This record gives sequence, structure tokens and C-alpha cells, in this order.
Amino acid sequence: MGFTQTKDQSGVAVLQVEGQLIVGNRQELKDLVQAALDRGERRILIDFSRTGYIDSSGLGALVSISKRIREAGGELRLAGLNEDLRSLFELTKLDTLFAIADTPQQALGTF
Amino acid sequence: MTSPLRLCVRRSPAPDAEGAATLVTLRLPSDVSCIEEAVELVTRHCLAGHAATRTIRFRLQVVLSEALANAILRGNRESLDKWVDIRAELHDEMIRVRVTDQGSGFDPDSVPEPIRPEQLDEAGGRGLFLIRKLVDAVQFNDQGNSICMILRRH
Repeated sequence: MGFTQTKDQSGVAVLQVEGQLIVGNRQELKDLVQAALDRGERRILIDFSRTGYIDSSGLGALVSISKRIREAGGELRLAGLNEDLRSLFELTKLDTLFAIADTPQQALGTF
Repeated sequence: MTSPLRLCVRRSPAPDAEGAATLVTLRLPSDVSCIEEAVELVTRHCLAGHAATRTIRFRLQVVLSEALANAILRGNRESLDKWVDIRAELHDEMIRVRVTDQGSGFDPDSVPEPIRPEQLDEAGGRGLFLIRKLVDAVQFNDQGNSICMILRRH
């Protein structure tokens, strides 16, 4: 369980969630996004291609992250959600709150 | 994350559970860092010997994580002298999982729906809603400190 941080050729900060995004590690992701904002990053992609499951604390952390990025004048994209993960966003109507792409490559093309 | 605390799963026939082949119990401390390990242990034992779809595994993991987080954070308020108990009855057709904390309980009917437009931007309040959506049935005891979730295997 952890996060991998890279930067795309076009300068987008990419955070990959490996394993779970749950109550035990949600703060770490929030801190990583805040650090990216503090460095001046304004285009951030969170990639769930290697994520097992997300709980409501993880969803809540994403809502908080989205607000922070918006307030900083930045843009957030989510990508790589499998069918089960996407169902969590649909059930909670959070699919209406986030810009979600099928793949990281597609998401990078929308910034 | 590896917990320094030792978790123990007891797998034994369940004479007190009608029709159940196996009873799995697990007790964990009120520490959120134990949740991931507890979820993995209980999920593995609940699905052992059965052909589980990815969706069943996913739903069991999510609802266990939710119920444990609720029990630790809201029920026991992270008090390390309080425990959370998991009791899973394994049937051929379904899994019945009960999660019980040592808190004073809450009224599940008092929890607002989190999908109203004005609620969408809130960081919290989706746990119980997700549980209700992902399992086939949910029951609480009268005190409100024990949730029972039923998940059909197919």
C-alpha cells in the first residue's frame, strides 16, 4: 500500500495509488497533493490503475483534495478506475463531481 | 502498512450458527492501522474454498473496511482499551458478517443520505450508505453498536 509520484512530459503531476485508499493512508495522499500544490503544481492526475479498493474515507479525501486544488486554481483528473471502483463513484454520485477518464493517457490529453 | 499488533483468526465449525459450515472470528484493537490487515485476513478466510468473483471480493473488502472504520472511529473513539469483534458465518450461498464495537451505539436511521446535491461536496458521511448499497441485507442490534451484513456469494 502506498503512492508513487511522477511527472508527465507535459508537466502534469501524476500520483498512483498502489493498493488501498482507506482511512489508514488517506492523509498521506492529502499531504502529497498539498506538497505538489506548494511546489507550484497545478495540474494533478490521480491514477487508480493499481488500486484494490477505496473506502468512504478515501472518497472523502478525494473530495477534500478536489476542493484544495480548485481553490488553488488547479485542475484534477482521476483515471484508471476499474468497474468496481467506478461503481463507488456512481453510487455516491461523485462521478458528477470529478473529471474521470478511462486511462491515464486519456486523462493527460484533457488538461 | 504492517501492524505491530498480532491478529488471530479462529476457523472452526459453527455449531451455534444454523446451517453454517464455518465460523471465523477476529478481535482487533481500536487502531485504524489494523484495518487493512484485518480486512485481508477475514476476506481470505471468507472466500477460501469458493469461486469468488472479483466483485464479491471487492464488496466484502469495502464493507469490512467501512464497518471497522465506523466501529473504531465512531464506536470506540479510538480508545485502545476497547476492542472490535468480527464474527463471520460462512454458508455455501452467503456470508453473514457481524462487526461489534464497545461504544454506546448510534441510531442508523439518523444518518442523512449523502447523495443530495448539497451533501456531495462534504468529505464524510458515505460509509453506511455504501454498506447498504454493496451488501444484500444490513441489520443493527437495538443498541446500535453491532452491524450485521449479509452478502450473497453469487
